[in-house]
Amino acid sequence: MNFLTSNSSILIIAIPLLAAFLVPLISKASAKGRNIFVVVVTVFVGILVAILAKDVYANGAHIYTLGAALPDITLPRGYIVPVRIILEVDGMSIFMGIVTAIVSLAAVVYSLSFMKRETGQDKFYTLFLLMMVGMFGLEFTGDLFNLFVFLEILSISGAALAAFRTRFGDTVEGGFKYLSISAIAALMVLFAIALLYAQYGLLNIGALAAVIQFTSLDKLALALMAIAFAIKLGAVPLHMWVPDTYTVAPASITIMLMAASQACLYALFRIGFTLYGGTTGTISMGWIVIILGVLSMFVGVTMAIPQTDIKRLMAYHSVSQIGYMLLGVGVGLAVLGDTAALNAYGRQAMSGGIFHIINYALYKGLLFLTAGALFYRLGTRDLNKMGGLARNMKFTTIFFIIGALAISGIPPFNGFASKFLIYESVYQFSPILSIIAMLVSIITLASFTKVFQAAFTGPALPQHKDVKEAPRSMLIGMGILAVVIIFFSLCPGLIVDNIVQPAVDALINQGAYINGIMGGGL
Amino acid sequence: MAAISLAFWNPVVCLVVFLVVIALIYLLRSRGEGGYKKGTEQTKAFLCGEELPEVEERHVKAHNLYWGFFQALKKYYDPTIKAHTGIVNDYVLWLTVITVIAAITFTLV
Repeated sequence: MNFLTSNSSILIIAIPLLAAFLVPLISKASAKGRNIFVVVVTVFVGILVAILAKDVYANGAHIYTLGAALPDITLPRGYIVPVRIILEVDGMSIFMGIVTAIVSLAAVVYSLSFMKRETGQDKFYTLFLLMMVGMFGLEFTGDLFNLFVFLEILSISGAALAAFRTRFGDTVEGGFKYLSISAIAALMVLFAIALLYAQYGLLNIGALAAVIQFTSLDKLALALMAIAFAIKLGAVPLHMWVPDTYTVAPASITIMLMAASQACLYALFRIGFTLYGGTTGTISMGWIVIILGVLSMFVGVTMAIPQTDIKRLMAYHSVSQIGYMLLGVGVGLAVLGDTAALNAYGRQAMSGGIFHIINYALYKGLLFLTAGALFYRLGTRDLNKMGGLARNMKFTTIFFIIGALAISGIPPFNGFASKFLIYESVYQFSPILSIIAMLVSIITLASFTKVFQAAFTGPALPQHKDVKEAPRSMLIGMGILAVVIIFFSLCPGLIVDNIVQPAVDALINQGAYINGIMGGGL
Repeated sequence: MAAISLAFWNPVVCLVVFLVVIALIYLLRSRGEGGYKKGTEQTKAFLCGEELPEVEERHVKAHNLYWGFFQALKKYYDPTIKAHTGIVNDYVLWLTVITVIAAITFTLV
């Protein structure tokens, strides 16, 4: 157990990486064996995330230095700066790790049936595991260059998976768009890293944060990284690829792309709070995040409601939901230098924003999977061609209702708990922002009422008379997310106290992150 | 670690209310007429004596919903929908403009 605990962070990245290249070999022997192998790997990685989480919550940030005699020796003898690749997993990183683990498990189980009709499944699962590697790596790394490398792994595997079903022409277009914007974003990140490295000769986030001067070049680097991650997470006005790609990707990959966007959101927060947290730029950075958040909430939801393609409608809601997270955490960032405001409402706003990250991953994941189930059975995403499906797809309907009520912030679902924290705290910062957030929630409810009415209610259409319920593994995939949503809905206090607050503390406490690296010498 | 309160929010209360409402609905439903004959005139929708339209025509389609909302916000929707061209070149243009704005804003502040 000690071995697993001390090496868990690197194992979480290394195991799916190794497994990704074993998948084609196992696939040659048995397709069923390959499916079992991929599920077992995903479950095992989930267990490792739980072990790592227990360690982080009990002992603070987990440090792993690759190539060191002991994992926590970050500074080799005679060095005053870290030179090795270091993983630093604090409360925020492990929070994102938990999100990735849950989404990956639901997605892989769902894929077993959803991708059954497709060819090249060995490649699909290889890319799937690489996507997991990219996400976990991005969330756990303490090094800017490795952050870029994992971002690239994530982007390339994500684009290939989005375009995987090449028999539909639009999937290739969606994958191409994702690849294009990802390539540009990655180049911007790389250029920003080069600007920082040229000045300080450092790549480690903690070490850089300790010496950063906030020069004009640093500010330019911050702008480049902020915009690059804003594109990747789909914040308005850089969101336009989101509906195009999410709509056409297989449903299980849509939720992985959604989790990938959240990993980029994490990177944005890590840069804003940890790398630049000690500088005077947090107010302007906070306001930029707030403006992006409000724009995303409003444009996302208003563009969602006219859509008649169920996945496109949901994709626009993804843009809108990202806005809530940006708003909550942006308020925290804007008041980071003002201790009184931070304690009065800033921390609560951040808690709401961060709690919304995991809630969004759960209910939005569930909604995309229900849309995938409809596509799987009907062969269309067009809401105009649907109706009365609740009669034949009872479980899918129940899962949709759970997801729709949660995203609309209807009590007692988890979406309400996180939105409630955001409304309450943001109101103290600026009442108008809070009112906009509430308005967006109302339009969200209207939008999902439209989907429910169009797809599930009404008379049974003759062409859908013989439609069957989604296959079992797809129901299990949806069930995993639904059960976690219900648990989170019933125990929001437990989640906020035990996993959200450590994440907030990790973001606010820049000194602890720096000390984790710079205090680890021999 | 400062405590973040969820104020007066308690999901269990909501759950209890939900269960009570479900029980009331069930009670109301159980008092309905049970002796009807399925598949006869008794179970057909009554539309002022008119013939029921075909099933496809009875179902309100997604594109018909919220028509008034979109009409009222036409001035907002027309340019917003037009901006979503679906062309990668346009996405890159947006990106370039926003990056320039962000770079200027960040370096000047």
